[in-house]
Order: sequence, then structure tokens, then C-alpha cells
Amino acid sequence: MAEARANNPAVMRGRHDFPEISGRIGSIVLDGRLPRHFWTAFFLCFLLVLLLLYSITYLIAVGVAAYGIDIPVAWGTMISNFVWWIGIGHAGTLISAVLLLLRQPWRASINRFAEAMTLFAVAMAGLFPILHLGRPWFFYWLLPLPNVHMHWPQWRSPLVWDFAAIATYATVSLLFWYMGLLPDLAVLRDRARSRPAQLFYGILGLGWRGSAYHWSRYQVVYFLLAALATPLVVSVHSIVSLDFTFAITPGYHSTIFPPYFVAGALLSGFAMVLTIAIPLRWAFSVEDLITVRHMENAAKLMIAAGMVVAYGYVSEAFFAWYSGEPYERAMMAQRALGPYAPLFWTMLGLNCGVLQLLWFKGIRRNMPLLFAIAVAINIGMWIERYVIVVTGPSRDYLPSAWGEQSLTWLDFGILFGSIGTFFALVFLFIRILPAITIFEVEELAEEQGKLK
Amino acid sequence: MSVIAEKGPSLGIDIAALRKRLENGPDMWRSLDEIAGTADFRRFVEAEFPALVERLPANPNRRTLLKLMGASLSLAGLAACSRAESIVPYVRQPEILIPGKPVYYATTLSSDGFGIGAIVESHEGRPTKVEGNPDHQASRGATDAVMQAAVLTLFDPDRSRMPLKEGQPASYGDFLKDMSALVSRWTASQGQGGALLIDASTSPTLAAQIDALRVRYSKLKIHRHDPLATPAVVEASRVLFGSTLKAAYHFDRADVIFSLDADFLGEGPGRLAYARDLMARRRVRTPSDRMSRLYAVESTPTITGAAADHRLAIKPSAIEAIAAGLHEALDGQATASGPPIEQAWMEALVDNLKAAGRNALVIAGPQQSAFVHAIAFAANAKLGALGNTVELIEPPDALQVDGDLAALCEAIDGGAIDTVVVLGANPLHTAPARLVAHKAFSSLKLLVHHGLYRDETAFLAHWHVPAAHELESWSDIRAYNGTASLVQPLIAPLYDGKTEHELLAVLSGQFQTDPLSLVRQHWAELDDDAWKKVLRDGAVPNSSAKPVPVTVPPDLAGLKPAASAGSGIDIRFVADPWLRDGRLANASWLQELPRPLTKIVWGNAALISPATAERLKVENGKVINIASNGADIDAPAWIVPGHPDESVTLSFGFGRKAGSVAALSEGYDAFRLRGGAEWLATGATIVPRENSVRVITTQHHQAMEGRAIVRHASLDGFRQDPNFVRKDVPPSPTESLYPDWRYDQEAWAMAIDLSACIGCMACVSACQAENNIAPVGPEECERGHEMHWLRIDRYYAGPLDAPEIFFQPVPCMHCEKAPCEVVCPVNATVHTHDGLNAQVYNRCIGTRYCSQNCPYKVRRFNFLDHQTFDKDEAGPGQGVHNPNVSVRSRGVMEKCTYCVQRISAKRIQAQIENRDIADGEVVTACQQACPTQAITFGDRNRKDAKVVREKSAPQNYALLEELNTRPRTTYLGKISNPNGKLVRPGEATNG
Repeated sequence: MAEARANNPAVMRGRHDFPEISGRIGSIVLDGRLPRHFWTAFFLCFLLVLLLLYSITYLIAVGVAAYGIDIPVAWGTMISNFVWWIGIGHAGTLISAVLLLLRQPWRASINRFAEAMTLFAVAMAGLFPILHLGRPWFFYWLLPLPNVHMHWPQWRSPLVWDFAAIATYATVSLLFWYMGLLPDLAVLRDRARSRPAQLFYGILGLGWRGSAYHWSRYQVVYFLLAALATPLVVSVHSIVSLDFTFAITPGYHSTIFPPYFVAGALLSGFAMVLTIAIPLRWAFSVEDLITVRHMENAAKLMIAAGMVVAYGYVSEAFFAWYSGEPYERAMMAQRALGPYAPLFWTMLGLNCGVLQLLWFKGIRRNMPLLFAIAVAINIGMWIERYVIVVTGPSRDYLPSAWGEQSLTWLDFGILFGSIGTFFALVFLFIRILPAITIFEVEELAEEQGKLK
Repeated sequence: MSVIAEKGPSLGIDIAALRKRLENGPDMWRSLDEIAGTADFRRFVEAEFPALVERLPANPNRRTLLKLMGASLSLAGLAACSRAESIVPYVRQPEILIPGKPVYYATTLSSDGFGIGAIVESHEGRPTKVEGNPDHQASRGATDAVMQAAVLTLFDPDRSRMPLKEGQPASYGDFLKDMSALVSRWTASQGQGGALLIDASTSPTLAAQIDALRVRYSKLKIHRHDPLATPAVVEASRVLFGSTLKAAYHFDRADVIFSLDADFLGEGPGRLAYARDLMARRRVRTPSDRMSRLYAVESTPTITGAAADHRLAIKPSAIEAIAAGLHEALDGQATASGPPIEQAWMEALVDNLKAAGRNALVIAGPQQSAFVHAIAFAANAKLGALGNTVELIEPPDALQVDGDLAALCEAIDGGAIDTVVVLGANPLHTAPARLVAHKAFSSLKLLVHHGLYRDETAFLAHWHVPAAHELESWSDIRAYNGTASLVQPLIAPLYDGKTEHELLAVLSGQFQTDPLSLVRQHWAELDDDAWKKVLRDGAVPNSSAKPVPVTVPPDLAGLKPAASAGSGIDIRFVADPWLRDGRLANASWLQELPRPLTKIVWGNAALISPATAERLKVENGKVINIASNGADIDAPAWIVPGHPDESVTLSFGFGRKAGSVAALSEGYDAFRLRGGAEWLATGATIVPRENSVRVITTQHHQAMEGRAIVRHASLDGFRQDPNFVRKDVPPSPTESLYPDWRYDQEAWAMAIDLSACIGCMACVSACQAENNIAPVGPEECERGHEMHWLRIDRYYAGPLDAPEIFFQPVPCMHCEKAPCEVVCPVNATVHTHDGLNAQVYNRCIGTRYCSQNCPYKVRRFNFLDHQTFDKDEAGPGQGVHNPNVSVRSRGVMEKCTYCVQRISAKRIQAQIENRDIADGEVVTACQQACPTQAITFGDRNRKDAKVVREKSAPQNYALLEELNTRPRTTYLGKISNPNGKLVRPGEATNG
């Protein structure tokens, strides 16, 4: 038994009681006495928010020439940022919806912030298609709005599908997250001592009283939303991948993309979960609630998704060769040996090479190392998206039109600005809402027999 | 008047002295200044009425005073009316002017001094587009890239806008006053110490005016400074025939052509006619068609070499040896010294030439030495070609001059000349390095400069007078074959510029002239009807030069090779194809137009061969130091396949910073390395430097990567397999789930004959002018943001040192199944009822998905706001815009429209007349400009349409047709005519 426990760490450590759990989690929000390094980190993120605002202002004032894009490579970091952020969002939905349906108990303590992460990642992702546009102020022309200018979306374009997919995803994620928050908001309302906090959480809590009726309705809605969100895990990134596969450009036109993108999304999503959770559990001393077991499970999912991604890389290269198409073959060769070769090999090294370390249990349970691997995979996955976006058009049909794009300060300004904004939102979320689901942890404690 | 009013009686006038003078009698006086006899008054009168200065009575009587007062009163009234600037609608509309409907005028544009006929489109008095004049022999309806920019330079905001005295704004009246003093001085001294420095010109009126000046001032010196002059042919003819003659060629009669470093397709005043004639004889549509054969030996890669069936790159100093070898071979002698080319090549060439007989043609490059020209004359005479494929004519630019710039500088330094009037030329930029022109010109007592820009010479000059642009001028000019034509203004001078005829008239003492009468007087032999006809047609009938019969002396009259084939590097100077000697450096269209072979924009580079680069261990952009004759310059190296080894090509036209556009460009000034007027320097050295500089090019990859992009065959290959374009190429898929769309009206389509395309870039320039395509500047070009809707791809195939060179114009293909259309989320790119792939700028939000999905990459995106929409900010530059084409804003995609505005205009016309649009009625801008008629456009639904005939040729193919995009633009595979005995390396198979 002892051996088994050592091999498989518990999802909860120690013994707890309900007031202790709700008090500990709730006090992060209600007492507001957060450690100094929390605010230091928030301030740094806020600087990046300012950078994002400045970059966007600059972009709108000057024009998309401020990016490194050109003809032939007219898509650049805005598309890769978009795909990357959407991918990051996926882990949250998978944890909260799919694992809920699969009755995986270990999701309980990490699902809330994973969902928040999804939401903020989708919010960030939603920015990029707009910032990508030559005339961003007309982004609403993508919507099927009845209007007097007689324009209507062109439904054959994957960008319109994309717009619908993201909007659906964002809506369902928001609803799901908010629904899950209701019981906790009520707990905060009840524990709040100041009148403004009581009002704030009271209004958000929608009058939750914890009656059996409420719980029964809650279960139905929550599971229904989970069932709704589950196909989105697959569909959103598949549709995003259609932006590429629909085009006839070599390197874009590939049937492997939808599953390969979904796997990539899960890989980067779990990497981001680890990137956030490892410092979080350390900083707020909740290692007994978010345990090594959680981290290890996420790492296992990463390697599962990562191997599918690696299979995607292989099959992409194989089918480029097997197709007999000179254009595909040349593009693939140029991707590996041409001007973008350093990026390509870095991507392989990070996403396939570094990933293999996760086979080892010792590494999976070594938090600093796991954190470093997660960050490396995040970087690798961003590079993967960038390589996909740029290498195809830079080496397509007519060699006379071959060319590369550059990367400017604005490309990085918006990328890092969005990362900063994302973390700033995460910090605000931790300050304002319970980052760990109070009632689910309590439920878990009861189910695991960990109650005092 | 203002002078008197402002200065008032208080300045410099001794009132007491005046009282004393006036005591004596009833003298009439006009003002206190006058009676005081001040310098101010004197200057005022002289400046306003220079012609009156002599006649100004010292002591006017009452009658004279009243006359002058009456005149000044009425003149003052007139002066008040001369500057009405308010814009009002026509009260009485001119009969031919319908707002919104352009009118067209025939005129002639100058190309290095020679005329090329043009028809200029004018919208409400605003010239916007230059087309060729089909009735003019040098144009034949075509234009070149440079002519298209005439409208741009007209509206150039950097043009000189007012006369400058010592660099300060002054009035033209002040200038006339100073000139009247000069005229008096010259009249007195017979022009002693005076010199006129004129630009290259063929104007008969100018020549007559200069002759008149010579008569008037017998000691006046006339110098001509044309930095791009090629005097060798005249020199050769003077030695051989005792008279100055030039050659005019008839490529339409030539079967075998041998070019001795002559870039007759890209350079020279006859290039458009020559290109047309050459390609007319190389048009193959069926296996029974015949083709001429072109051999080219060249010392720098040119588009003529690219069009040649056999091309050899030879070090510049070795051309004479080849010429000598040809001479001996034609004489049937065994070549003694052995030319630096293979025996077999020369034998095949000589066999071909001899077989062609009088239909052979040997052309010496204008930049080559008199010896080479003499050999060309002799070879043509021997072959019987003189009088058939080549005619010798009086040079159209013949003008008796006293010397060139060097002689002028020498005379200035010697103190013989102290006053120089410069007409049009810019000697301080174009003077060779050896001449210390700046020092010589600085020491002048009076330097008068007449030019379009405040250029280097204008800054030094005591007087600068703005010149009228050629679209603002009355003048006349001769074409390459002597045909005279008129230059008529499309618009009144924007900045009060003066024509050179006016300036010359001023120098001859005629201060009040109008530019028209000066030219009209010269053509007094034409009555008014004939004059009008000439104006309308654009050329004086039967004015071309008559061929002069000559006999060639047997021993070349003792002409010997000029260059010593020494060791070291040869320098071959060339003029930039667009900027020429730098005079067009402020034309952004030309700066940004890729050079035909290198595709370099906004700068120049030192072109070297791959082998030389390997030896020197330099790569593209690496700075090399080129030293010759004691001078040296730094220039970025650029490796050009097919460039002769151990030589470097340097181009003129760059390194100028005068003008806001020119200041943006990069590059070196090759004049700083030129000793005199030579085009070839030997014994130079190249030392690589450590640093690199950017050289901006629009095409980074030169090879076709084994793809069937430009499909080509030899004539023999075509005869064996007329369908060679289908060989080894997957058939285009045609299956579709859906029925084809029916085009009930027109179905526009284009065919481009790759055999005829010489890569001259005229179409690209014409497209830019027609479609308001914004130039974007060097920074944006470097980043791949250039906007040309039509590009000419240049590919190399075969060995690095002697590659085949292919050109392929790539406009929008207007695909039937356009990949761009399905991916646009906002319906901004759609198919029209007549099969155009249209771009709706208003609807575009700039997702750029269309460009990502375009396999031809012909879409161009407005990454920045390249055009100003603010009326005040835009300045005169906006005048050049075609009003029928939207000016695009930032963030929208654009591309070739098949000139939809022209289609619409013709459709409206046809509907008014209740008929179908006739074949050939709609002409796209690129098609109209093309000198070789490589582009055909029309309605694919008409069985008799020319474009249908072209597309039914066996070598017709669609680019990337295996993608099933079904392009409306198709290509006719390139067919060349190499000699079967000389299979070029790498040419064993037809690609």
C-alpha cells in the first residue's frame, strides 16, 4: 500500500475539514493579503499590458507594414499567435469538460484555473485575427450582420467558419466557467465581511443558496455544458486548421492537419497548465490541494499529445514525398534546409526531443524541471505554428516569387504584450475569484476520506 | 513699381540736390528716383522692359512721358488680369472637351535627344498617360519604360519652380535684364569669351537657332555635352567614307544577325522599331514558319543577349579581336591570331552570314570603338547587306560644335571663356572624374543654367532658369532615322518654365517671344493645314533621312584596334536603362522599376561574373573597391550569371542626392571613375572591402527548380513536336462536379508570347502609369512590399557562365477557378460576368488570405498608406493619377484588373452605338506599350478574335495548369532558333 502510494501520489494530501478548505481558498480572495512578489509579478505583467496597448495603437496608426509580413508571406505572427493561444485554451476545456464526463477526480483542484486559462487564452486568441487585418476597424464585416452596405460573409471562406468557431468556443467556455463558479461565489458571499464584497459576490452568485434543488439543477446544467464543450475540444482547432488545409499552398494543403492541430493544442495547453500551476501551488502553498499527482497526470497527457504531434510531423513529411508533387517536396525540403531551417530544427528539438524526458517518472515529479520543460514546449509550439504559417508561402509554386518575411519589434511587442495581458488577467482572477474550486475540493476530500 | 514705392524718396536721394537741379527749368520727371537717377530706378526699368533699356530716353519730353504713362497704366491693368487662379466651371466649354472624356494629342518625347512619337492622354487638360504613336516610325505604337514616366516627371514637386539668381529666388524679368546686358556685351564683342553648352538634341529649330547665333556672334563657342554620346560610329564613317554617317537597320529584312556588343533592343533611339522588326521575323505559330537567327557577342549582359539564339559573353577589351576575327573569316582567311572564341562558333556564324547574303546583318555596338564599327560596315558591305538590312544616313543629331565638355573646361581654364550658358545639361554631375569641372565652372564670370531641376549645376550657376518640361514645350525633334516630328505642349508650363528655344531667342536679343512661334517660324514651309496635319499625326511626312550610298575602302582605311587587351579587370560602363545619366533620378517609377536582368531597384551595383566573384571571394552586396586611372569608387558587388569574367559593369545614373526621390536611392556614381567619354576602361583593379551594403532586388530566386514554368524549345524541336509544351507535363485536370459557367457576353483572355518578350519592362511601367500604382520606396521594396501588378520574372537555365535567360511577364491570370475567390471571407474578390477576377477595394478588409492562396503570387497589398488623400498634402504629384482608376488606401489588396476601366469605356461606347465590342478595341496598358506585340488581349468567345488565334497555337500553355485554376492568361512557349551545329551546353533537351 505504501509502495503503491509512492508510485502514484494522492490527489490530496493531509486531512482537511470544510471550513478549513473554504477558508483557505476563500481568504486568498477575501483577505486580499497577497504576498509582495504577487504584486511585483502583476506589475511586470501590467507593463506588458501597456506594451500591448502601445503596440496596438501603433499598428492602427501606421498599418500592418509594421509587422514583418510581405508578399509572398502575407501571414505572419498574428496567425501563429492566434493558433497558439487557441491551442493553449484547449487544455482547460479538456480538463474541465472531458475529465468531468470521464469522472476523473484529479481534475477538481485544477479545473477552475484551467478554465480561466482557457477563457483568457481565447480572449487573447480572439484579438489576433483582428490585429491581423489590413483594416482592423472593419472586422465586423466577417459577421452575418444585416446591414445596408450589402455585404454578407462569403461562406466558403474558412475564416468565416473560424470566426463562428471561436465565437462559439468563447461563449461556451464562459458559460461553463461561470456556471462552475456559482457555488463558490455563494461561499465567498457568505464569508465576506465587507459590505462591497458581499454585494459583489452576492450579485455574481445569482442567489445561490445551496439547496438540493439548486444542486440538482446545477448538476444537469453543468454536465450538459460539459457535453456541449467536449466536441468543441476537437472542432475548434480542426476548424482553425482548415484555414490552412483549405488553401492550395504547399505546406498548407494537408489532410493530416485537423487531428494534428488538436493534438498540438492539447500539448501546448497542458504545457501552459503546468507553466501556471507549478508556480501557483508553490506561491500560495496549496501543494496539498494541487499535488504532484496532478502535475504528473498533465505531463503524461503532454507526452501522449506530443507523440501524436510527432506523428503529424512525420506524416507531413512522408506525404509530401509520397504525393509525388514537386511543389510539396520542394517546400518540405526547403522547410528543413532553407532559410527557416533553424526554426524548424528548434521546433523539432523542443516538441519532440525535450518532450521525451517526460517518459521518466523522476523528471515528471521534479517540479522545476517539469516547469522548464513546459516552458520549452510552449516556445516550441509557438515556433511550430510560425513555421507552418510562413514556410509554405515562402516556397510555393513560382520560384521567382519566393521570399521570406522578417520579424519586427511589433511582432514581438504584440506577442509578449498578449502573454503579459494573459498573465495579468490570471493574476486578477486569482485576486478576485477562487482559483481552486472550493466545493469540488470539499467534495473530493469527502470522497477520498480525507475529512478530519 | 514696387521698387519705387518701397524704397521711397528717402533712400539715397539728396533732396537738396534735387531742388537745385529742378530749379533750372521745366524738366518733366516721373518720380523722385528718376530725377535723382538712382540705380534702383534704372534696375527697375531694365528688369521690366529689357528691350527698352536702349531706348529709354535720358531726358523725356512731355509727349514721351504721356505715352509712357498711358502705356504703363494699361499694362498695369493687364498685369492685374494675368494670374487668375480661381477654378470655375466652364462658362463656354471648349468644343472638344467633355468632362470625364480624355482627349489625346500626338507629341514626341525625347530619348537621349532623339524623338520617339507618343500620344498623350489628357484629362481636362491634365496629361496622365503616354502611349506610343503608331504613325511614328520610332514608336510604331509602342513605348518604353522611360517614356511612361514623362507624366510623372511633369508633375514632380521637386521641379525647379522659379529663376534663381545666386541661389536666391528672382524674377524672370531680372534674368532678362541680365541677359540683355550679356546680349549687349556679346553684340559688342562678337560673343568673345562666351560659350554655349548644349545637351544631346536633334531639334532642327535648335540647330537653326544655333546657326543664327553663330552668325550673330562669330566668336561664340558651341559645345555639346552628352555623357551618353557614342561618337565612334561617326568617327568610323568619317575615316572610311569621308562623311559623317550613322547606320539605321532593317531587322524585318534580316535573316541572320550578328551583334558585336550591340544592345539594339534595350538601348539607342531606334530600339522600339528594331524590337518590333526583329520579333516580326521570329513569330512562329506553325511548323512551317521561319525565324531569323540572332548571334550576340556581348561584354555585359543585356536583353539583346537574352533574346539571342547564341550568346557569348566576352571581356570588353576582347570584342575588337572578335571583330577582327570576323573580318578575316569573311575574307576567307584563316584567322591568324585566333579570336578568343571557339573556332566552331565563328565558322558557324560566318557560314550563316554568308548564306544569308544581303539578308545578313552585322551590328556594332554604339559604345564600341571605331575599329569595330568599320569592321561592321565592311562586313555588311561584303555580304551585300548595305542598302538592304542596313542603311547609312546623315546623323539626325548632326550639329557643328566646337568641342565637348573637356574642351570647354580647357578653354575656361585657359581664360578664353568666362561666360557659359548651359542648356539642359548637368555637367557638374556627369563630368568625368578627370575633369575638374567644378573648379572650371566656379571660375566663370557668368554661368547661366537652364534645366528642369535645381541640380548640381544649378546650385553653382549665377542664374538658373527653370526649363519647360517636354510635355509643356513647343519644339521639334528627329527620330533615329531622321524623321522629324513636333513636340506640342499638353499643358501650359506649371512653373513658368522656358523652352530652350526661348532661351536661345533671348541670347539672340529676342526678349519677347512665344515658344510656339519660334518653332512655327522654322517650319514656315508647312502651310497651316500641313502644320495642323503634322501636329495631329505626330510626324512630318517623308522627312526621314535618305540613305547615302557608300563604298567601303578595302583596308579599313587604316583603322586599328583601340583597346589593348591588357591584364587586369575591364570596366564596361553602361547607362542605367531607366535613369540614363541620372537626369531621371527623381522619377520614383523609374527608381522602383526593376532593371531587366538584375531586378535591382533603387540603386545600382557593380556587376561581376560568378567566376570573378569566386576568385575575389565576394558575394552579393559585398562592397568592392574598383580603381582605375587613379580614381576609385566603392560599390556593392552583384553576381550576374553570364557576365564575362574579369570584367565589371558599372552603370551611370546613381549616386545623386539632388531631389527628394533621388535622395532615397542608393548606389554609386560611376562618373567618378570615368576618364573621359569612354565606355570601356582596361587595367582596373578590384579589392574587396570588409563591409556589405544592401542591394535591393525584387527577385531572389533565379532558377526554375525543374518546374515547367517557362516552356521552351528550339525551332527544330518545335517542328518535330509542335506540342512540346505538353511534353512531360501532367495534363491539366478538367473534371468538375459542376457545369462550367456560361459567359454569354465577352470572356476576356490574354495570351503572352514568350518568344517575343524581350524583358524590356515597358509593360510594367505602363501598368504603373495606367493603374495609379504607388511607388513604395527602397525600404518597403527591400521588405517585399512593392506594388507592381505586373512583374517580369527572369529565370536562368543551364551553366552559370553561359546561361539561357528567360523572361516571363506575370500579370493576374484571371483564373476561371480562382483560388483567391473562395477564401475571401468578405466577398472582396469575385468573378464578373465577363470572366474577370475582380477586386473590390471597398469591401476588402485585408485578411490577405487571397494572396496566400494565389499560386502565382500576383496580388499586391497596401501595407501602408502609399497615396495621400489629403488634397493639400498631396501636392502636384496627384496630377498624374488616372481619374478612371481608384486610388487605393492602406490595408486593401489589389492586383491586375485586365485594365477594367478600358474595358468599361469601350463597352459603354459599344452600347451607345448598339453593337458588340469589336476585336482589338479593348487594349490593355501592357499590351499597348509592348514594343514586340508579345501580349494579345481580347474576347475568347469570338472565334475570329486575335487572342483566340494566338491561343490556338500549338505552343500555347497555361502556367501551373495542373492546379486546375484554368487561367485566362496563357503563354506561348518560347521558341529559339539555334544553329544545329552549335548545341549549347545544357541545351540538349527542350524543357
